[in-house]
Amino acid sequence: MIVVKDLHKSFGKLEVLKGVNAHIQKGEVVTIIGPSGSGKSTFLRCINLLETPTSGDIIINGEKINDPSVDIFRVRQRMGMVFQHFNLFPHLTVMDNITIAPRKVLGQSREQAEETAVGLLRRVGLADKRDAYPPQLSGGQKQRIAIARSLAMKPDMMLFDEPTSALDPEMVKEVLNVIKDLAHEGMTMAIVTHEMSFAREISDRVLFMDEGVIAEEAPPEQLFAAPTQERTRTFLSMVL
Amino acid sequence: MNLDFSIIPRYIPMLLQGAWTTLVLTAGAVGLGIILGLIAALMKMCRFLPLRWLANAYIELIRGTPQLVQLFLLFYGLPQLIGVNIPEYFAAILALGINSGAYVAEIVRAGIQAVDYGQTEGAYSLGMKPGLTMRYIILPQAVKNILPALGNEFIALLKSSSIVSVIGMTDLMRKSDIIRSITYRSFEPLLTVALMYFIMTFTLSKLLNLYERRLKKNDSR
Repeated sequence: MIVVKDLHKSFGKLEVLKGVNAHIQKGEVVTIIGPSGSGKSTFLRCINLLETPTSGDIIINGEKINDPSVDIFRVRQRMGMVFQHFNLFPHLTVMDNITIAPRKVLGQSREQAEETAVGLLRRVGLADKRDAYPPQLSGGQKQRIAIARSLAMKPDMMLFDEPTSALDPEMVKEVLNVIKDLAHEGMTMAIVTHEMSFAREISDRVLFMDEGVIAEEAPPEQLFAAPTQERTRTFLSMVL
Repeated sequence: MNLDFSIIPRYIPMLLQGAWTTLVLTAGAVGLGIILGLIAALMKMCRFLPLRWLANAYIELIRGTPQLVQLFLLFYGLPQLIGVNIPEYFAAILALGINSGAYVAEIVRAGIQAVDYGQTEGAYSLGMKPGLTMRYIILPQAVKNILPALGNEFIALLKSSSIVSVIGMTDLMRKSDIIRSITYRSFEPLLTVALMYFIMTFTLSKLLNLYERRLKKNDSR
């Protein structure tokens, strides 16, 4: 479904991605781990072109999306993204946060969009918050709303950029549980995370990134139990 | 000391009329200024270079030349080119509005740029295009940042509107001239007019404070 070929990304003189090759199958859950500054988030952000790759190909369902002729806004409609800092719209109610894109981008009626939203709110366990504003919510609640907001566009795949890194410890679980439910429903997902036990439990495959490349990739039981690369071992010994 | 304020009361209806003209003029110029300022701010942040240049030229030229010259160019200069006289009212609102627009543009731009870029990314990740994002996500949040500075701009505009008296608009300032020429006294009418300007700006500034405090209260919702 997603194929990334020789992806390079530089910010000025700093080369963050130095030739990333990866693929994600439909229905697969891939987690991306690695030390800070290894390029995990940049890699994820390149997939939906929030960062423009310096060179290389990003191919989704056979279409090269980092091509000037491609309407990236259309591509992004099919690809949800959840951010570390939620990026909810503080001036809109929870309901409007979830329905604004389906209404304005997909042209759904308010009734139609709200019907979907009510279902999603129930799914993330926040049906009673529909009229609240984001500043009134806890971090965990915000992130669950952000997930619901992405799902309202009925995406084919979801990208998670450190979804629990900005949360207080007691709220991590409620967010991870929502992501787990999604995984069980067969959603295609790429997740950048520092939660190793979560990565181990949920992933079909784990990518270990270091210094702008994917240093090792393997199913979680293999990568966590018997990493083949020295730097993977060093990293795991520090975080586990 | 040669002071006699007893000459003023009989001119009060006339002064009030002038004050009304000043208010209407300011309101018109403020409206025009907001529209022009918003357009110029959006143009300045646009990707298309010629639009950016145009906006920059407008902002820099207006801010870098005297308001009085701009007013004269419109009122005396333009008719020479187009062969049609421009009514004072029209010229006054146009000149003040165009002038204010350049300052409003910078206020609006700063207000928009103060909105966290994460908001734009959030909207983009949902497939929203820049136009939709600006209209539904960024501008509504920018308004809160902009309002206080915009209020100050309106107060400044109310005061600088007094220059239109030189093209014969019978605004508050011009009324003081008229009273001066009737009574041969300067200090009393000028001081009265100054006080009237002050009452208008002070009221406006208090109203803005009130409104700002209400916005702040909404923030902690």
